[in-house]
Amino acid sequence: MWDNDNNRWELFPTRRHLINVDKNRFFFDHYGLTERDLEHYLAAALSAGGDYADLYFEYLSSTSLMVDESMVKSASQGISAGCGIRVISGERTGYAYTDDLAPHRILHAARTAALIASGPAKTPTVGFQERAARSLYPVTLPSVDAEITAKVELVMRADQSARAYDPRIKEVRASYADELRSILVAGSDGTFAEDSQPLARMNVSCIAKTEGNSARGSSGGGGRVALDFFFGEKTPEYFAKESARQAILQLDAREAPAGEMEVVLGPGWPGVLLHEAVGHGLEADFNRKQTSAFAGLIGKRVASEKCTVVDNGTMPWRRGSLNVDDEGQPTQETVLIENGVLKGYLSDKLSARLMGVSDTGNGRRESYEHIPMPRMTNTYMLPGDDAPEDIIHSVKRGVYAVNFGGGQVDITNGKFVFSASEAYLIEDGQITAPIKGATLIGNGPDVLTRVSMVGNDLKLDEGVGTCGKDGQAVPVGVGIPTIKVDRLTVGGTAKKDVGRFMQ
Amino acid sequence: MSSTQLETRSQQLETDLRDLAQDIVRRAMAGGATAAECVVREGDEFSTLVRLGQVETLKESGSKAIGLRVFHGQRAASTYSSDFSRDSLDRMVKSALELAKLTSEDPFSGIPEPSQLGSLSGDLDLYSADVYSLPGEERISYARRTEKAALDYDIRIKNSEGGSFDAATGHKVLANSHGFVGEYRRSYCSIAAVPIAQSDSGAMQRDYWFSVARSLNRLESPEHVGKVAAQRTLRRLGARKVKTAQVPIVLDPMVANSILDHIFEGVNGDSVYRGASFLAGKVGQKIAADKVNVIDDGTMPGGFGTSPFDGEGIPTRRTVVIENGVLKSYLLNTYTAKKLGLHTTANASRGLAGTPGIGPGNYFLQPGTKTPQEIIAAIPQGLYVTEFLGHGANLVTGDYSRGASGLWISGGELAYPVEEITVAGNLKEIFLNISEIGNDLEFRGSVACPTIRIDGLTVGGE
Repeated sequence: MWDNDNNRWELFPTRRHLINVDKNRFFFDHYGLTERDLEHYLAAALSAGGDYADLYFEYLSSTSLMVDESMVKSASQGISAGCGIRVISGERTGYAYTDDLAPHRILHAARTAALIASGPAKTPTVGFQERAARSLYPVTLPSVDAEITAKVELVMRADQSARAYDPRIKEVRASYADELRSILVAGSDGTFAEDSQPLARMNVSCIAKTEGNSARGSSGGGGRVALDFFFGEKTPEYFAKESARQAILQLDAREAPAGEMEVVLGPGWPGVLLHEAVGHGLEADFNRKQTSAFAGLIGKRVASEKCTVVDNGTMPWRRGSLNVDDEGQPTQETVLIENGVLKGYLSDKLSARLMGVSDTGNGRRESYEHIPMPRMTNTYMLPGDDAPEDIIHSVKRGVYAVNFGGGQVDITNGKFVFSASEAYLIEDGQITAPIKGATLIGNGPDVLTRVSMVGNDLKLDEGVGTCGKDGQAVPVGVGIPTIKVDRLTVGGTAKKDVGRFMQ
Repeated sequence: MSSTQLETRSQQLETDLRDLAQDIVRRAMAGGATAAECVVREGDEFSTLVRLGQVETLKESGSKAIGLRVFHGQRAASTYSSDFSRDSLDRMVKSALELAKLTSEDPFSGIPEPSQLGSLSGDLDLYSADVYSLPGEERISYARRTEKAALDYDIRIKNSEGGSFDAATGHKVLANSHGFVGEYRRSYCSIAAVPIAQSDSGAMQRDYWFSVARSLNRLESPEHVGKVAAQRTLRRLGARKVKTAQVPIVLDPMVANSILDHIFEGVNGDSVYRGASFLAGKVGQKIAADKVNVIDDGTMPGGFGTSPFDGEGIPTRRTVVIENGVLKSYLLNTYTAKKLGLHTTANASRGLAGTPGIGPGNYFLQPGTKTPQEIIAAIPQGLYVTEFLGHGANLVTGDYSRGASGLWISGGELAYPVEEITVAGNLKEIFLNISEIGNDLEFRGSVACPTIRIDGLTVGGE
């Protein structure tokens, strides 16, 4: 399922001047925007000086549907549009936005953002250059424009399939949401980029009940895909069965152990470990400010030799992928950790300039109301040589965690958590009983030094990740092969007589 | 930065929003809806962040949005837009009407009865124009002073994520096809500092403190906020792990809030009617320790959770959720009340789109009589939690497991900082095992909890 080689994207020819381009230009067509307007707004943004200014136009249309108790209880559609204007002066950022795209409103916002600087006006570069960019999600019919009845069918099928899985499944909630985000970025250095970014996702949550016992399960997935994805590759039945399976399994879960022990992570979504333990700590803004536990560790060993971790925004159809980031920079594959050695940070324009490093195309924002900052795209560990079975067999007593809720990290002291929602005991090399959900806690800068085995089974998650930072949510992906961590703290409740794990 | 233009703009829009909301409702009804409800929101925000004495960001803007919910018999749908042009609004109404033909007949759907609708009278003290009264330089100075107080407090405070000053105002109008139209404005301002301390070994710790108020003159001083932020950060330096153990834990008010949040999720009507909460069906039963009294009150003047009416146009009220440990009431909106055969508690919270959810008013645990120091003094060995990490609470089963850091209690005193540990148990027992409640209730948001002690949890460590 993870395949970067099937060449689904086409590369545009090298740099061309904007005026000559004859492709569809959303904001030019719908709002009558012209290249002159962009120059005019940028000049207003630099009217009090400043080193750089950019404009971010966004038009977001979205649909969502929810079925509960086998009824389609809610359906909604909406649009939000606006323009955010940023002015950078040294380390200072001025920002203003407007949800009204009338020229006088944009000019007002530009002049407000301009107040961050205090000097003579600067002139933006004349003419824009559009960089070559990939086409990672070339949908012919964006799902937001597809027939809503087809989406109703998806959620109803999910409901039926989950209920049919087992009579103990008593409650099912299935939802579908999609969006199409059209963006235009224009910078005072001549940066120009446009993109049209589809995103779709299904979710199914179930509650299983028996006399005196309940449990929940959930599953979902999607990506920057068209509606047909859910009729072919990943059907509602696929997600529904997985959700129901987890709920039924949890009915028999026993208490999780407590304390430090060997932990095996299954492939795919458990990659959230990488996102929390190392990913955030490697975002350039924290390192520029020396507030990350990873600051100053470039070139140093931060993981076992078996670990190579990358952030890759260029994977076709993936939820975390982007043709260009929200500053107009093409995304790329960035090696964060290579054979255990810290190689680089994830940067945006501001951090790249202030730190004298290259812009890795990780400048992202939630919407036009937000200032961009370094963010992850799809973050994963490359596969190793170990067979997953051998990894399990190598553990005398430990935990095998295959599904997770979410996680959180304190980037300054490096402590991170992630919550297992499906996990099992490993006893004498065998997977035995399922255990209740438990939080795993560790220290980012050294957890990967304890990775002693890396599986050959890299998998990416199904496309459900949303990452929050400074109040901004962006879609991301994670992935990991089966790995073994020699020591990690598991937050269970088991008393001495239940597990042998208390120390 | 000047704020005059923004203020002019909101005053000019204010009169229009009421008319607009009512007009959209009329258009939906004219288009064939059997009931309709429209919300219009408009807001301004200002924020500045100063880091190491230098301005890092300045942000100033305003925005607005409109949302429509329509019913076609018992079928519901909703649409929203940030674009107020005639075309966009027409499309919004038309799409809502079309969508409402595709959803299912739900016998419990609908807007409230006319007799339920209304708005609290009198001044609820939710809005003060003074949050925007400071000139630009002085706003920056608030942020700078907050950070400086933290940086100057101790030589070990070596870095900072900054000091900030934020201000915002919001204006909300709700109208429906029973003729209800209501509106209110709310204001908000805050200062915060996020200092970073470094020990001799080079290990860093970060913490924060803040003050938030509806009026500038109720904000605590930047110097006080900065000092507390520094103290909270310094006490984390040199943190170690501890051995796995079962000990009493004490939650400081900021983290005790999360226990109250779990009770909220458990009594949320949406989880209750689906049986997705272990508190479903427990009204009249003892679910918490005797001394536990939990109140939700949307009517408190000046409160962060106060509003004259809820998300469906029903006057807010005071609801006793737990009395002497006995569950007295769920928290409900119109839909979940009908599903459960009960009356709404006026806790509907409405975003722009979708069906209304359930949100708190001013939601709090009634304080006890002991000081936090007295509570800690009674514990020979225990854990004082100052931070939780992660979201490991399962409301279906009550299973609870979270990352934590704080201070180890030894001999009734805070002895040394600890981190990289977990706290686990089951919420059913956690609520029953709240053995002490402090006297330090303070509202720093719509949810507030004093210091609490909980027994019987497992602390996971080495």
